[in-house]
Amino acid sequence: MDILITGLLLGGTYALIAIGLNLQYGVARIMNLANGEMLVIGGFSAFWAHTNIGLSPLLTVFILAPVAFGLNWLIYRVMMVPLVKRAKTRGQLEVDSILATFGLSFVLVGLMLAVFGGDYFNYSYLAVPIRIVGDTYALNRVMAFVMAVIICGLIYLWLNRTRAGMSIRAIATAPDAARLVGIDVRRLSALTFALGGAVTAVGGAYISTFLTLDASTGVVFTLKALIIVIMGGVGDVRGTIVAALLLGVLESFVAALIDPGLTLAAAYAMFITILLFRPQGLFGRKPT
Amino acid sequence: MKRRTLMKLTAATSLALSMMHGPAFADAHVDPIVIGAVAPKTGPLAGGSTVSHWPNIALWAGQINARGGLNVGGTMHPVEIIEYDDQTNPGETIKAVQRLATQDEADFILAPYGTGLNIAAAPIFARYGYPQITSTAITDQVAELSAQFPNMFFTLGGSKGLAEGAVEVLVNLRDAGDIGSKVAMVNVADAFGIELAAAARPALEAAGFDIVYDSSYPLGTQDLSPVVKGAANAGPDAFLAWSYPGDTFALTELSQIEGMDVKVFYTAVGASFPAYYGRFGAAAENIIGAGGVNADSQAFQDYRAAHMAATGAEPDYWASAMMYSSLQVLEQAIEGAGTIDRAVVSQYIKDNAFETVVGTIDFDAQNNNASFWTVGQWQDGVFRGVASTGREGAVDVKIKTGWE
Repeated sequence: MDILITGLLLGGTYALIAIGLNLQYGVARIMNLANGEMLVIGGFSAFWAHTNIGLSPLLTVFILAPVAFGLNWLIYRVMMVPLVKRAKTRGQLEVDSILATFGLSFVLVGLMLAVFGGDYFNYSYLAVPIRIVGDTYALNRVMAFVMAVIICGLIYLWLNRTRAGMSIRAIATAPDAARLVGIDVRRLSALTFALGGAVTAVGGAYISTFLTLDASTGVVFTLKALIIVIMGGVGDVRGTIVAALLLGVLESFVAALIDPGLTLAAAYAMFITILLFRPQGLFGRKPT
Repeated sequence: MKRRTLMKLTAATSLALSMMHGPAFADAHVDPIVIGAVAPKTGPLAGGSTVSHWPNIALWAGQINARGGLNVGGTMHPVEIIEYDDQTNPGETIKAVQRLATQDEADFILAPYGTGLNIAAAPIFARYGYPQITSTAITDQVAELSAQFPNMFFTLGGSKGLAEGAVEVLVNLRDAGDIGSKVAMVNVADAFGIELAAAARPALEAAGFDIVYDSSYPLGTQDLSPVVKGAANAGPDAFLAWSYPGDTFALTELSQIEGMDVKVFYTAVGASFPAYYGRFGAAAENIIGAGGVNADSQAFQDYRAAHMAATGAEPDYWASAMMYSSLQVLEQAIEGAGTIDRAVVSQYIKDNAFETVVGTIDFDAQNNNASFWTVGQWQDGVFRGVASTGREGAVDVKIKTGWE
């Protein structure tokens, strides 16, 4: 039981890491390799606010989210729109955006170094035990899990219950047809990209309460997010959530019952197995 | 407009990253001694090098130039530092050393950061005849390396010494009746962690300890709860972790949350960082870890004060002082030899003993500094050395009592 809960908590962390990338890739078609850096920026902000003005990460996110939203909207307008205009096919846009955001990740690492320095940073927030059905867990991880549930739930409801959400799903499914029915694809793509970035930054703020980060750690999270998004199926929020939880539970079971050294191997084994049998991911649609 | 700003920003950032020069000099008559520095400013090891490596170079260069420079045969030469970021990538380290040797025509090049990057750069240092005084390389291959690269020097010690130092602390505590013989040991699945665990395992068994939990975890694991729960459930008297900074922090936090009831709690790299005490405060009291210094010595106190004044940051209680002492060795060797001829300076390093912030450094026939700190302990907010292979100033180990 405690293994399952540990796994679910870890899965929540993974969902926070991956859900933003899913939005960005699924709708805006930008495979954002600077995703991890955005997460670290979120973590840095929470760290800075907590140590300097004593602001709780739970409150920091209310400032962080709009700022990150604006920043990512700018990145899309300035960096991505020329690529979108130039791209003749989806494939070309993906390749171009991979290269562009790869470059962006270096710029962001450089900026973080200049602003914060290269030191490790962490702080103590809610690092207290909480008892759930007889076992102890770290409260900050439980808090991150709850936030992951809330964020994923809101995104899911927004995509499925609102008109904007429906338009976004339409773009993810058939961008050309979406334009024909009067959906402003570029505006909504920018919006989704920005939203994805904001969610990632907020995720970073929660994650920084229990992980030690430094300016260069972003790539670790980018890789994890890529695996989860691809496993879950591109452009489907449910897929990402399920994949994140599966991965968390699997790693936790392997660590507790077999050997912690094999968690990485197990994660990649699951990744390969899913891709072998469902190349489009758990919830992905077959390419037509 | 926006695009141009972004490009400017990019250009400025990359320029700043690759070309951070030392202080400029007004005196144009004397040629400065050009000293190259290559180490991570980005990449996985950047966090460690930012604490232990780079600040010492800034501190040292500032001190040398403040006193007019290095005295080479009666003339004072200021030092000029040329810094490169190797991105924690051995290929980049080698390229940067080559560039420093051929294009920047550096008179000396400081040893890179970390074991792997130092070993990767050793052939290129040897090819251009630069002495390589390492301060952050931990290896048991000293004899082989110094035979192959005669101008490579080692100061931080070997993994065998570090592991046996930790075991020795346990043995002393057990013999005094303070702890039982059950040990839980974990390690990061990386060259460092694997080598240390492999050295500790036979040493623990030979000393009659019972290893009740023994496990590794991949580098960058995002949740170490299963590891900590597993170790705690085995009911150990002592917990040993051959860990890197990220996992050192995570293991400590989770053990605190889990309330792991051990009398000895050991983590490796990162335990000696001031940020560790900053993060855990009183809960870090009596935690032991790799490294240590004679923290109460006047030499270290002076060094610490100068480090804080020059860089605004505290040095750590292990590699920082070691790194600074390697710069002192270079400084004394250049001034003692009275030349910047690299072969002569290298020979001078082999033939002489050096007074440094960590005490006397006298390299043996294998270019190894045989006296180094192996274990330190947080006592009253200071990480004091408790075990060494021949350093003075060790204090008594205390038992960990809870996490408050």
